[in-house]
Amino acid sequence: MSAIPASPALRAAGPASPGRLGLQTFLANRMSLASAVIVLLILAAAVAAPLVAPHDPNETDLLRRLQPPAWLEGGEWSYLFGCDALGRDILSRIVFGARVSIFIGVAVVALATAIGIALGLAAGYLRGWTDIAISRVVDVLLGFPYLIFAIALMAMMGPGLQNIVLALVYKEWVIPCRVVRGETLAMRQTEFVEAARAVGATRGRIMFGEILPNILSPVIVVATIRMAHVIILEASLSFLGLGVQPPTASWGSMVADGRAFILDAWWVSTFPGLAILVLVLAINVASQGLRDAFDPKIND
Amino acid sequence: MIETAPETLLSIKELRTCFPTRAGLVTAVDGVSLDVRAGECLGVVGESGSGKSVTFSSVIGLVRRPGYIAGGSVTFRGRELTALSPAELRAVRGREIAMTMQDALTALNPALTIEEQIVEVLLAHAVDLPRAGRKAEARRRAVDMLRLVGIASPETRIGDYPHQFSGGMRQRIMIAIALACRPMLLIADEPTTALDVTIQAQVLELIADLRRQLGMSVVLITHDLGVVAEYADRLAVMYAGQVVETGPTRAVLDSPRHPYTRGLLGSIPRLSDLDAPIRPIEGQAPELVSAGEGCRFASRCPMAVGACYARIDLVDVGPGRAARCIRALETAA
Amino acid sequence: MTPAATAPSAAPLLDVRGLGMRFSVKGGPFDRLLGRPRREVAAVDGVDLSVAAGETLGLIGESGCGKSTLARAILRLHEPTVGKVTFDGTDVTALGRDELTALRRRMQIVFQDPYASLNPRKSVEQIIALPLRVHGLAKGRAARDRVVETMEAVGLRSAWLSRYPHQFSGGQRQRIGIARALVLNPDFVVCDEPVSALDVSVQAQIIDLLAKLKRELGLTYLFISHDLAVIGHVSDRLAVMYLGSVVETGPTRAVLARPRHPYTQALLSAVPRVEGGGAARIRLAGDLPSPLDPPSGCRFHTRCPLAMPRCKTERPVLRPLGDGTSAACHLTETA
Repeated sequence: MSAIPASPALRAAGPASPGRLGLQTFLANRMSLASAVIVLLILAAAVAAPLVAPHDPNETDLLRRLQPPAWLEGGEWSYLFGCDALGRDILSRIVFGARVSIFIGVAVVALATAIGIALGLAAGYLRGWTDIAISRVVDVLLGFPYLIFAIALMAMMGPGLQNIVLALVYKEWVIPCRVVRGETLAMRQTEFVEAARAVGATRGRIMFGEILPNILSPVIVVATIRMAHVIILEASLSFLGLGVQPPTASWGSMVADGRAFILDAWWVSTFPGLAILVLVLAINVASQGLRDAFDPKIND
Repeated sequence: MIETAPETLLSIKELRTCFPTRAGLVTAVDGVSLDVRAGECLGVVGESGSGKSVTFSSVIGLVRRPGYIAGGSVTFRGRELTALSPAELRAVRGREIAMTMQDALTALNPALTIEEQIVEVLLAHAVDLPRAGRKAEARRRAVDMLRLVGIASPETRIGDYPHQFSGGMRQRIMIAIALACRPMLLIADEPTTALDVTIQAQVLELIADLRRQLGMSVVLITHDLGVVAEYADRLAVMYAGQVVETGPTRAVLDSPRHPYTRGLLGSIPRLSDLDAPIRPIEGQAPELVSAGEGCRFASRCPMAVGACYARIDLVDVGPGRAARCIRALETAA
Repeated sequence: MTPAATAPSAAPLLDVRGLGMRFSVKGGPFDRLLGRPRREVAAVDGVDLSVAAGETLGLIGESGCGKSTLARAILRLHEPTVGKVTFDGTDVTALGRDELTALRRRMQIVFQDPYASLNPRKSVEQIIALPLRVHGLAKGRAARDRVVETMEAVGLRSAWLSRYPHQFSGGQRQRIGIARALVLNPDFVVCDEPVSALDVSVQAQIIDLLAKLKRELGLTYLFISHDLAVIGHVSDRLAVMYLGSVVETGPTRAVLARPRHPYTQALLSAVPRVEGGGAARIRLAGDLPSPLDPPSGCRFHTRCPLAMPRCKTERPVLRPLGDGTSAACHLTETA
């Protein structure tokens, strides 16, 4: 058969921006789609925490001290994952704790990405002394172990939600900055950037108008991967007692609280630990799918 | 088995190669039939998307996935190549048919020295290497090949990496690798497209010299009619996956029978006649997804009539010549 | 004093004198700080050119000869190291940033690669309208009208305004690049290998289009190509470059009919011709020397079949040869 069924060629099918094509690819990948749904569900639960959580997360009830999960002997279905050492409902604390984790993940990555984009574009496009100055700072910051750096900052600034965000952003911007700088270096050689210069476009317009839209995909992919990382860092800080202060629920501090009872009441640490695992895994799988869909290097 | 005429080295019959794409099935090679005779140079000319490269990567079993050969036969010295196992094909590729790629920089392994790359081919394919001292003999032959393709001081340069050579030199090295096992057929895919014109002349002269010395056949795939005019004995013009005209090079170029060949010749700027206007072929090549039965050039053809949209086969238009055009004979000069 | 490469009667629209462009190969400011020696490449080395209003100057040379760098230095996309570029009486090399931006309305460029030269994230309308927005010339409806008008002039359908570059073929993309260059109504356009990446039949369409636009809009071109046949057809005069310098220049027909420089002769003889025949091929030995380490004397002497001992030591200058052509070769003195 030499006649080929003439399906309407995609190329001719009206405007299709590269972004929309990427979205189609992403939606076709079931694993990452499912992961994205999980992330969105956790996000929704966090936003609507007072409606979703069965109990007040800070309500103590010493009679329910270390009550096991519902399916074990002594458990109750209204306290699905059991209770902690103060008799607080673990499920409710996980739901409220998601607010802290997600807030810090989003805030840190958003701030760090904004700073990283600005400095990375400047370093990569302007080159010269700007590049040297920014790149040296990046190198120095990369030389510090992340957690120890954050612990030192927290020790100086004292605990608190805002301080956690600042302590993490201090170093976190380095990652998007390096990605942006590298991509910008490649972009500034392209003919379309040269074309923009040839028509007299300003440096700002070229950096933000021409280059930025083309490097956004890798930046977004990196941002999602880093978000998972930041959530773990926050949990680590809270676990060490340097993070969110009691009685506010945070997954990291919940794992820390349960440490002492891990042999007798394993559920106190395990369920918040699982929450961290599920959220981080889902974000990573979803970002994997994002990269496959939007990274032109893989797409071709 | 198909009985081929003694002088025919490679015979392609009704070859079809398809690529599934998002937009549908693309038949990149659609019913191509071509012969390559012993000792000749066949020029295959076409623009991008004409299927000229895919035809010959199909011949040697190197169609890029997800592409596949959908039909037809390829016989090389009486053997059906499409029926061979991957291992058998590999043996044919190394020893009997060699192919050089357009981009020598990406076709050579940047992490290996030239020596390692040529010796590897020799050890894998050369059957006549002595058992004792195989490596030494392979190296000696590798040096000989480099000398043959005109690399100065090959004994020392054989230890260099690809990036240490210029574009023209890399193309020579690729030819040396291709010819290391003395194949009977060299398929040169756009061997000079990436090269400057003075270097292009060097490489083409080299291929012509080697062809005479080694008595091999050459398929020269190119978009440049000038290159074909100077180096090919016979010529096949491809358009949108089909051969539209074949014949002895001079005869085809002097009196083209297919309107596409004529259009192509008219659109080339010529140095010998700066006053001759350049006449472009209007429009662009069709999307292969929606290619139908009829002449694929019809939408751009100044001579198209209603009958052009029905199935059209290659017809004889002179001694050793054929054209896929119902009006080919009208235009005979 | 080096004689002018060309001597048009009226003042030329573009005049280039002694233009040089050096790149340091390794290291940026940091190496300078540490006092590391710089290795320099003279990509363009003392080039004189002039282009009269309304003419097309063809610039030909092989890869690495510096022709594209020269074009970018003329437009100050790269800052030239030495020399002077005068455009319509204005010293381009002395302009400040704002004046330069203003001048860019009159000097434009069409690029070689129709894939790399268009921003893949922008629609055709955004791409062609960018120059208008940069110069604050038109907005909204007026901008769109001007974009549509330009698109139609280069043979693109206005229905394609909101399409993205990946939806076009190579030839159509090159038309988009031409529209972007022309939307500001420039006087002078650098065409940097505008047809090299295109198929033969499409190449002819673009050559045709550029010729038509030149006639209709009264443009002046600097047309860069490595293809002597293309240059032969589009240019009134041509300049041949080798390793950063112009080795021969003159009216296109005169140079092609009687090339004086051995490099031009070799280039001309190397072009494969469909019609067969042509001059006997002059084989050049070896490759282009590295610009990092250029040969002494005449830079072509390492490959020149006619080299004399003098060529190794003394660098020839461009010398006028009567019929409007000039060549930089010691042999032309005795000829």
